[in-house]
Amino acid sequence: MMLELILLLFAGGVVAWQSERLDPNLPRWIAMATVALGLLLLLSTISGIPAETFELVTDPSDGESWLLYSRHEWIPRFGISLEFGMDGLSLLMLILTLALGAIAIVSSWNEIEFKPGLFQANLLWTLTGVIGVFLALDLFLFFLFWEVMLIPMYLLIAIWGHENRGYAAMKFFIFTQVSGLLMLLSIIVLAIQGSSHGDISFSYGDLLGNAPTGKAGMLTMLGFFLAFTVKLPGFPFHTWLPDAHTQAPTAGSVLLAGILLKTGAYGLLRFCIPLFPEASMQFAPVAMTLGTLGIIYGALLAFAQSDFKRLVAYSSVSHMGFVLLGLYAWNSLALQGAIMQMVAHGVSTAALFMMAGALQHRLHTRDMNRMGGLWYNAPRMGACAMFFVVASLGLPGLGNFVAEFLVLAGLFAVSPWMTAVAALGLITAAVYSLWLMQKTFQGKPDEDRKLQDFDHREMSAMVIMMAALIWLGLYPQPVLDLTQPVLEGLQPLVTNVPATLAVNIPGGAP
Amino acid sequence: MNTIALIPLFPLLSAAVLMMSTGRMPRQIAAIVGAGSVGLSAICVAILASDFLADGQVRELTLWTWMSVGDFAPRIAFYIDGLTIVMMSVITGVGFLIHLYSIEFMWDDESICRYFTYMNLFVAAMLLLVMADNLLLLYLGWEGVGVCSYLLVGFWYKDPANGAAARKAFIVTRVGDTAMALGLFLLLTELGTLDIQPMMVAANTQWQTGDALPVLATALLLGGAVGKSAQLPLHTWLPDAMAGPTPVSALIHAATMVTAGVYLIARTYGLFLLAPPTMEAVAWIGLATLLLAGFTALAQNDIKRILAYSTISQIGYMFLALGVGAFASGIFHLMTHAFFKALLFLAAGAVIHCLHHEHNIFRMGGLRTRLPIVFLSFFIGSAALAALPFTSGFYSKDAILLSAWALEDIGPWLWAGGLLGALLTSIYSFRLVFIVFFGEAKTEPDRQPGWKMAGPLLLLCVLSVVGGWFALPLANVFPVADDHTVNHAVEWISIGTPVVGLLLAYLMFLGGQLSVDKIVASSSARSLRDFWFSGWRIDQLYETLWVTPYKKTSYWLRNEPVDAIYNSIVSANQWAHHRLLVLQNGELRWYATTMVLGIILLLAVMLRNAP
Amino acid sequence: MDGLMVPMEHVLVIAGLLFVCGLFGLMLRRNIIFMLMSLEVMLNSAALAFIAAGAHWGQADGQIIFMLILTVAAAEVAVGLGLVLQIQRRFKTLDMDQANRLRG
Repeated sequence: MMLELILLLFAGGVVAWQSERLDPNLPRWIAMATVALGLLLLLSTISGIPAETFELVTDPSDGESWLLYSRHEWIPRFGISLEFGMDGLSLLMLILTLALGAIAIVSSWNEIEFKPGLFQANLLWTLTGVIGVFLALDLFLFFLFWEVMLIPMYLLIAIWGHENRGYAAMKFFIFTQVSGLLMLLSIIVLAIQGSSHGDISFSYGDLLGNAPTGKAGMLTMLGFFLAFTVKLPGFPFHTWLPDAHTQAPTAGSVLLAGILLKTGAYGLLRFCIPLFPEASMQFAPVAMTLGTLGIIYGALLAFAQSDFKRLVAYSSVSHMGFVLLGLYAWNSLALQGAIMQMVAHGVSTAALFMMAGALQHRLHTRDMNRMGGLWYNAPRMGACAMFFVVASLGLPGLGNFVAEFLVLAGLFAVSPWMTAVAALGLITAAVYSLWLMQKTFQGKPDEDRKLQDFDHREMSAMVIMMAALIWLGLYPQPVLDLTQPVLEGLQPLVTNVPATLAVNIPGGAP
Repeated sequence: MNTIALIPLFPLLSAAVLMMSTGRMPRQIAAIVGAGSVGLSAICVAILASDFLADGQVRELTLWTWMSVGDFAPRIAFYIDGLTIVMMSVITGVGFLIHLYSIEFMWDDESICRYFTYMNLFVAAMLLLVMADNLLLLYLGWEGVGVCSYLLVGFWYKDPANGAAARKAFIVTRVGDTAMALGLFLLLTELGTLDIQPMMVAANTQWQTGDALPVLATALLLGGAVGKSAQLPLHTWLPDAMAGPTPVSALIHAATMVTAGVYLIARTYGLFLLAPPTMEAVAWIGLATLLLAGFTALAQNDIKRILAYSTISQIGYMFLALGVGAFASGIFHLMTHAFFKALLFLAAGAVIHCLHHEHNIFRMGGLRTRLPIVFLSFFIGSAALAALPFTSGFYSKDAILLSAWALEDIGPWLWAGGLLGALLTSIYSFRLVFIVFFGEAKTEPDRQPGWKMAGPLLLLCVLSVVGGWFALPLANVFPVADDHTVNHAVEWISIGTPVVGLLLAYLMFLGGQLSVDKIVASSSARSLRDFWFSGWRIDQLYETLWVTPYKKTSYWLRNEPVDAIYNSIVSANQWAHHRLLVLQNGELRWYATTMVLGIILLLAVMLRNAP
Repeated sequence: MDGLMVPMEHVLVIAGLLFVCGLFGLMLRRNIIFMLMSLEVMLNSAALAFIAAGAHWGQADGQIIFMLILTVAAAEVAVGLGLVLQIQRRFKTLDMDQANRLRG
């Protein structure tokens, strides 16, 4: 199924590309149909898996214990194979990817006039790369998809972006590429040094537990860490993000914020920490400090922006700091929180970018100084914006709160001081979120302004995302249950977890 | 379905329906749905309360498990005991009256539908707050009411000043909420649960009285309570929050939400009893706040700001009660305060409504004969606020002062401070009455309140008078306070103080025997008045201490200093590029020459290494 | 030593001198035609050395290589003169320092 899904999206892209010769409106329908088919394929496959399998603990080194697993020879001489595996975590990420992919297509339904076919093709190819990243178990294959997802995204920004698109696209490309090459270096070192059979192997299962130790291990780990932290993005490697987001077309921003950033977090959780347990935990204080700094720094800068998209981009930096914190705290609560944050942030930020795109499409500006009082002109937009703004500032009852609470609660057992500083992020988030609301939808309205309110297409996308956030906020259990076995499989790999204060941290380290 | 679940469900559903109508619902229907849902909740609460009073059984209801990670499994569950019943009655009862009043007050507003959406959402969140069986669900309600308060303060969003007030309200309380969240993390990490009852049991077995951990945990919870209940040092948001519609001020910023901090401390009293230093801090905070706000209220001239400061001051009394361990008295004062402060705000709202949105008390006057129902309400409310004998405020405040007196060591000091506060309360509340309702008229009212306004006013009048005789079912909730015999002189002084205040107010503001103008003639007195008027300059202090540095820092950082590092790499590359460009000069001879030189160099190296 | 009347060293010195002459001509002359001629001189000096070496060891290789060099030189001149014509047309000069459009 997994290879088919990837091929389906790729082929869909090719068809969408060529179909623009027939009719410029055709590509978006084809793209939508492709994503829908992909989702259908995914759902029909998982409905075929017996329910109790989802509760079994995944042993990451044993392919048979994954929900789905397939392996074909590719370049046997170097131990490279087409190895795919899906567990609860990948499944969750796949659902998020396909759902947000559909949202991205909807969000730029009428926006693209130049080469719509190529646009949709790049969109689908980005999705192809992302899905590959979430499924690949062979590190070489993983790197391949890591690069595959980069190039169409670069094109999306460089061709369909806004006024300063060349700079932004190049910055995005260079940051990701340089860090990706460092990761390739680490992958090769790991494959040569770390294989258990003596032969070279790029297989995840073979490499687990065989990382080089000491200084070499630390350096190799840093290669992975850098690649993933740049993508996350963690402070201080985040500077490509505001530019890329600001200049990207709406669908690009939605994909970038909703899914691409999550590949960084996924990489840390799946590869960086389990492959290098020792080095990672030595490094954990640094990583957590970066996370905390990111939270505060992102929030401070978000408050200073006057560009709607830039503000939301910096808020992403702030939110992803929580993910970094949660991953390196490495106990059940914090890890579950980090995963929740990936999902909830994906939805809430995608919605905010869609809002930004809708505003730019209508007002031809992203400058908040030229907005104000828009609630008067477009109350439905205002209500939606209000919802997602309070979601992003972590209102309990919505998904983001569950995420932040779990991360901080888990982190508290590891480092109370770090928690106290990170919790300041709750205040700063309120500061910039409400400022955003004030500058755009509140304040003195321009009563002559013609602003078309959300139509049914946009409204239904918004309602779906709202429902998702409420569901995640009030009954996140299905998500937690889906990833729990994965975490139970991963957690024993790391034995030297940071010291904890607690007498009985729930689900914490033994 | 279970009545308990219905109570928060009605307003929640109504809010959802109103929201989905996106303002297209006719205002009659919106009003009926909005107020009716709270009325239905009130009926359910009444049924539940009568059942509860009959058997005194604590009721629990679990709807579903919210999330479950390891041993941490908070539920969406309700815990109904006497304290909850009192709070629910106040919220739905007073809430319903205020909703009814709102129909008339907000009738001409174009977004009445949005108004009722927020109000219903608020009632639902507030009910969740008091009904929650664990601190996480309580936190949900806690933040929920915060957001509703933000939405309602900034309800008239077209004026940026309202938006600023709303943001201030939310952010200042968020500071406290963050402290509270840290408290939750600490409690969860140490005690392994956030369910309130098991948590208090665990705390009692795990901790000794006076240990560092309970002190820290309760101090953090106190942070949340201080923020929400507008106590020092986080009280600055409440006076500004008066920018919202007046019924909002009555419901949220007088009767219910601002007392959530008091509820929180009372709800987790088991923890606070383990932490005597925190308890003492609660008492001192309460005392300091009630005095500071009392002095400030004396100097204000905006009718709603006076009431706002008086709310801060009255919640100070509740904190004082909690701090001296008189939890039941604190909750009692919470209830009576909800009655008379809601009454005062609604009456003030009626004044404002009938006087073309006039807020300045010095431009009112002589309304006694022109708005008789409002005058009656305001007078009764002020009497209760000032704790004149036989009003509800008298009983509750008296109980607090006596409990304070009974405390060892610091008790008499707290009592004396509270007494000074009572004197101030009496002066500023009757100053308000005398200036607004007596003397000559400066603005003529253009309408009279209709029955939807007058009805709630009269009902609240009755409650403000008889509320003092209610016996609250709190006996099984809090530990029984030992009956202390009290010095009768103390009791008489407590009763007499408000009367003295009333006389002073009369002499200053109505009789004219004591001239205020003469008092403030001296420059030191005037600067003192200005100092009080500005709320002890605390706003300015915070402005310079927090707001300006925050804005400046973010302004400095706005152009991304981190990018400078990457830009310097770019610049280094560009510099090298320009330097190396010299070599690429396009001259054939230069290329040939360098090639030859290179070959010579290579040959030289090779020959040197040759044997 | 049969076929060679002059000593090997003399020939090599002459070839070396010719090569250095050509090299300096290439590096110092600005006119493209002189540069081409200098190249020819260098090629021929190399060819001379091959002939001498071929004669010295009595092998045919030297002459074969000479033929090759001759061909290369002819081809080079053909292309080179074509370029010279183009340069003359484009830049109205044969001064190569003027024709430096490939500078960075």
